[in-house]
Amino acid sequence: MDTSTALWTLASYFIIGLSYLVGLTFVLGLMWRLWGYLRTPMPWPEATTPAPETESGAVTRVIGDVFLFPNLFKADKLLWAGAWVFHLALFAILFRHLRYFTFPVPGIVLTMESLALFFGYLFGMAVLYLLWRRLALPRTLYLSGLPDYFALVLLGIIAGTGIMVSYWAHVYLVDVKAFILGLLTLHPVPPPMHPLFIIHYLLVLVLMFYFPFSKLLHAGGVFFSPSRNQPYQVQKPGKRYVNPWDYPVR
Amino acid sequence: MAKFDETPIIQDPAKAGILAPPPIREHATAAMRCWPGKAKDHKAIDLPEERVPDWQQKAIAKLGELLEKNKALRVYMDICVRCGACADKCQYYLGTGDPQNMPVARAELLRQVFRRYYTLGGRLFPDLSHAAEFDEEMLEKWYIYFYQCSECRRCSVFCPYGIDTAEITMAAREIMSSIGVATKYVTEVVAKVYERGNNLGIPPLAWIDNCEFLEEDVEEEEGISLRFPVDEQGADVLLVPPSADNFANVDTMIGYAKLFHLLGIRWTTSTYCNEGGNFGLFLNYYNLKKVNKRIIDAARMLGVKTIIWGECGHAWRAGVLTPTLNGPMDMFDPPYPYHISQFIVDMLRKGALDGKIDKSANDDYLVTYHDPCNPARSSQLIEEPREVLRASCNRFVEMPADTIREKTFCCGAGGGLLTDEVMPIRMAGGKPRAMAVKHVGANYLATPCAICKAQLPEVMSYWDVPVQVGGVIDLLANALKL
Repeated sequence: MDTSTALWTLASYFIIGLSYLVGLTFVLGLMWRLWGYLRTPMPWPEATTPAPETESGAVTRVIGDVFLFPNLFKADKLLWAGAWVFHLALFAILFRHLRYFTFPVPGIVLTMESLALFFGYLFGMAVLYLLWRRLALPRTLYLSGLPDYFALVLLGIIAGTGIMVSYWAHVYLVDVKAFILGLLTLHPVPPPMHPLFIIHYLLVLVLMFYFPFSKLLHAGGVFFSPSRNQPYQVQKPGKRYVNPWDYPVR
Repeated sequence: MAKFDETPIIQDPAKAGILAPPPIREHATAAMRCWPGKAKDHKAIDLPEERVPDWQQKAIAKLGELLEKNKALRVYMDICVRCGACADKCQYYLGTGDPQNMPVARAELLRQVFRRYYTLGGRLFPDLSHAAEFDEEMLEKWYIYFYQCSECRRCSVFCPYGIDTAEITMAAREIMSSIGVATKYVTEVVAKVYERGNNLGIPPLAWIDNCEFLEEDVEEEEGISLRFPVDEQGADVLLVPPSADNFANVDTMIGYAKLFHLLGIRWTTSTYCNEGGNFGLFLNYYNLKKVNKRIIDAARMLGVKTIIWGECGHAWRAGVLTPTLNGPMDMFDPPYPYHISQFIVDMLRKGALDGKIDKSANDDYLVTYHDPCNPARSSQLIEEPREVLRASCNRFVEMPADTIREKTFCCGAGGGLLTDEVMPIRMAGGKPRAMAVKHVGANYLATPCAICKAQLPEVMSYWDVPVQVGGVIDLLANALKL
């Protein structure tokens, strides 16, 4: 075995090990954080009014928040458009990645193949807009810190390298799929020997590792925001809101 | 010539009643601080008399405790992405340009401390994670900027996740009060409530005296024999007004009396609790609960059938929390808690006031309605006061849509800021409201809130807006045919 083969084998083991470590951190970290949100009580009614007066109304309000960002629309139309396109494209891209994770690949994933590059560029443009906005407005420039730029730049580079390995410096699809399915079925095989792909993949691992412990957790936290997910029922008979840790005074 | 330092206030006018986001003026309000609480008041309301020796550890531990006890705090510490949607929505930022008054920046003061002590990244790499020690300088910033927030929740309406800076401010004030750091105004008011029954510190005899004076006054001026009952056992209704209604806003007090008189309802106020306002809400949970408990106690002592909350904004916010804070209200007639505007609307719908209202009595007024922050954004009271106004006057106009209903601006002095040492903050915070009123050209600004009624006349005079400020029920009473 020559040196480079040995090094590559070593690197493969490293990448495979890291993949499992990060995957575990991502899943357990996410569960731990969301469990934290779930178990923490909200001591008093907290809905921002006007609020729905039924539980199903509150569920609808949260679903609306998740898909349409109505508050952001009220706040800033341009930011709303940028943020909405950003998340739509992100979702489309993640969905399209199912082709690397599933066998056989669902038909719908294959049919959107023609749009994949479009969403890739759309996502890139949205990242650039959000980055530009942070820098261009005095208010957001004042607010933005390293974690904010880090998340955007990381996503931008992941998108850029992703587009490159799909449409420019092609990585062999079969190799990628063998690698990913190998990881998922616990029979890991070495990753494709393709520097850009390795960069793309390692950055995704960074993102996954970072996700549960950063502001990116808004993706999960949005479901737990008491000002949005509570119905307003303080005057409804039989709906007394109880504070579980309440104590008597005097 | 103004009697205070005007430098924190941005003077640029509004366009069509709406203020554009101001330029950033760092530290514009950094010198504006409320006077610190006095030991005797702290003692009276179970706060440490002075800052405790191990205040840093205590505060950090208290933060940890609150994170376990309050879902909103825990979630809102993590999920802010600093998109800046809220940044230009706060009246204090619009009026001063101080970037620390952007809701997100205000919340970051607590988040930085949270990250430093309660996240791995913040503990290992504080600089990279935007984390900061809870030191003397940070405590100073907390004290200044968490007392430049009126807990009005306007930012929450524009946040994609509904992050409620009021919850964060309340948590920061809870932590500060646990180490003996609070403002003179808020602690003094709470202490007065325990001692005398109300925020203004009116002794029971003076309250009774004033009610008799009002009876004579109305009799003399209008020839009507009205009653202002106090401590009447077995009355139907306990009215819990803001105490200011009996002294400063007497037209509102007369309004309650006229309405109950016309409906033939036996009502009473209580000298044990003649205040719905709850400054505990601006301080800590313990005092919030204790202040509110007096309402239930007074109602049970008097044996009333129901409690009606008067025209006070944060009283109503605390009011809707009553069953949570002070136990079930099953011993009273539903609905409960019950607000005077809701009561009037119910009476209107039942036809109890049919033919008894002469709207033309208010024809001199071009009326507009200021939604107080707490009823609008915390307790679902948006339509009812408008319904009362439409039933009481012919000329009613709305201010620009971005300044009313759930998007209403705070008057600028809620949340414990109605104190003269922060007058520049108050005038700056009241500016968006003043500009909107100016734009519609109303000559009567109706609002069901005692703090708004104390603050807005000063704001309107500072911003040169000729308008009379008064209650909602004042106009109804003016139109009632007795």
